Amino acid sequence: MSKETSLYLKDFTRGILKENPVFVALLGMCPLLGVTGFIVNGFGMGMAAMAVLVASSLVVSLLRNYIPPQVRIPCFIAIIATFVTVIDMVLQAFQPVLYEALGVFVPLIVANCVILGRLEAFSSKKPVARSFFDAVGAGIGFTLALVLLAAVREIVGHGTILGPDPESAIHLFGPNFEPMALFALPPGAFIALGLLLAVVNMLMKRFNI
Amino acid sequence: MDKKLVVSSSPHIRSIESVQSVMTDVLIALFPVALMAVLLFGYQALLTMVISVATAMLVEAAWLRKRDIFGDGSAAVTGLLFAMILPPAPPWWLVVVGAAASIIIGKQVFGGIGYNIFNPALVGRAVIVMSWGGHVAGRVWSPPQPFAFGADVSAVTTATPLADQGEALAVSLTNLFIGNVAGCLGETSALALLLGGAWLYYKGHIDWRIPGGYIGTVFLMGALFGGGFYNGHLMTGLFHVLAGGVMLGALYMATDMVTSPVTPKGKLIFGIGCGLITMMIRLYGSLPEGVTYAILLMNAITPIIDNYTVPRQFGGVKKNA
Repeated sequence: MSKETSLYLKDFTRGILKENPVFVALLGMCPLLGVTGFIVNGFGMGMAAMAVLVASSLVVSLLRNYIPPQVRIPCFIAIIATFVTVIDMVLQAFQPVLYEALGVFVPLIVANCVILGRLEAFSSKKPVARSFFDAVGAGIGFTLALVLLAAVREIVGHGTILGPDPESAIHLFGPNFEPMALFALPPGAFIALGLLLAVVNMLMKRFNI
Repeated sequence: MDKKLVVSSSPHIRSIESVQSVMTDVLIALFPVALMAVLLFGYQALLTMVISVATAMLVEAAWLRKRDIFGDGSAAVTGLLFAMILPPAPPWWLVVVGAAASIIIGKQVFGGIGYNIFNPALVGRAVIVMSWGGHVAGRVWSPPQPFAFGADVSAVTTATPLADQGEALAVSLTNLFIGNVAGCLGETSALALLLGGAWLYYKGHIDWRIPGGYIGTVFLMGALFGGGFYNGHLMTGLFHVLAGGVMLGALYMATDMVTSPVTPKGKLIFGIGCGLITMMIRLYGSLPEGVTYAILLMNAITPIIDNYTVPRQFGGVKKNA
């Protein structure tokens, strides 16, 4: 493995577990708690955020020598907002159900700390290729966290996977199962996140990640 | 001890009281309440209590990886208190999940006994109410069948006096005092609760300020703003004190040593706050009963109350005076 490849690999894997934006940095809490009622929604949100993150990361990295440091945050926001508008329209056109379910959280990707954090800490200082791998890694890490939390909440709170669409929803515990509705509600999101963080931290400590 | 002079560092005043002895006292205080629940609701009440206490003790022992199931007794108290705030015959899995949630989410995630912010039994109840509201709210309450141990009380269900003014007018204050009304296992009998509360007060485990402030506020609010639907204003106040979970909450749950303020003034504020929130939920909120959320909310601001009510040290000077 050449030196360059190993560097890319490191940039890529860092965001997934070791510096996971959610489990380690506790960023992006708002969409994390808001849209994780169902796995489908969590995955869709993760993908949307990842698309914006990768695209804006590339642009910021390309323009890194032209953005004046004093006004870098407004510049980042303008770039992110451009791609969020694109994603917003794409979702509305091709995934209307998901678009409805995500609601206000799609435009709110503009203010997502995971994205702004990666731009500020990485893309604005590093070359394009490395920024790309870093953005993809962080995006996968964010999606992973969303899907994990959504899985806990959907399985316990609704008793299904692949809901809420009744055609694709699989009822895991049979028709007589009475789901623990607390986890489908906002307070349950906080409780589930806390318990999930505890488990992930315990596992990370045990396996020395 | 032939040495008369013992030189040691502080603390010098020791008490023979231990966590275990306090918890045993609480269990003794809960005995009349539990007995009354079994007399009124029969074998199903006993079953609910046994499942709840056993689950709480087993989960705590498993969490702490200890063989000693009883331990310091706090898990048994939590389990019994949790059973006291359940309907007479809930499904067994509901009791198990609730008791486990009390111990895990209510207590152990904060660091175990002495570190929990919220009353564990009430956390368990909040979890159950939000998850399976259909089993613990609405018309799930069974009218008691005194001295019929083998009767299936869950066959007939009704609303609690608090939920329905029609039900309220049908019960007499005497029945409310003795406990011959529909309600949670432990909340119906004010008589048994007072007996247990008196024992706790005699042993010095509870202060009069929290139950006093709580019950006094509920009485005042009930008399002033209750609308006097129950034989006049004073009687309505008394009705609000005796119906529902105010007595149980005020004597056994709001007085929890870990989650209530330690300063005398703070205790009074805590009790009055619990009473205010309870009555606001009852009179103006959408829920029939508010004891659970009242105590949980006041638990949350206990550190702030403590912080602002630190008494002046003897001989000390008032700040900014």
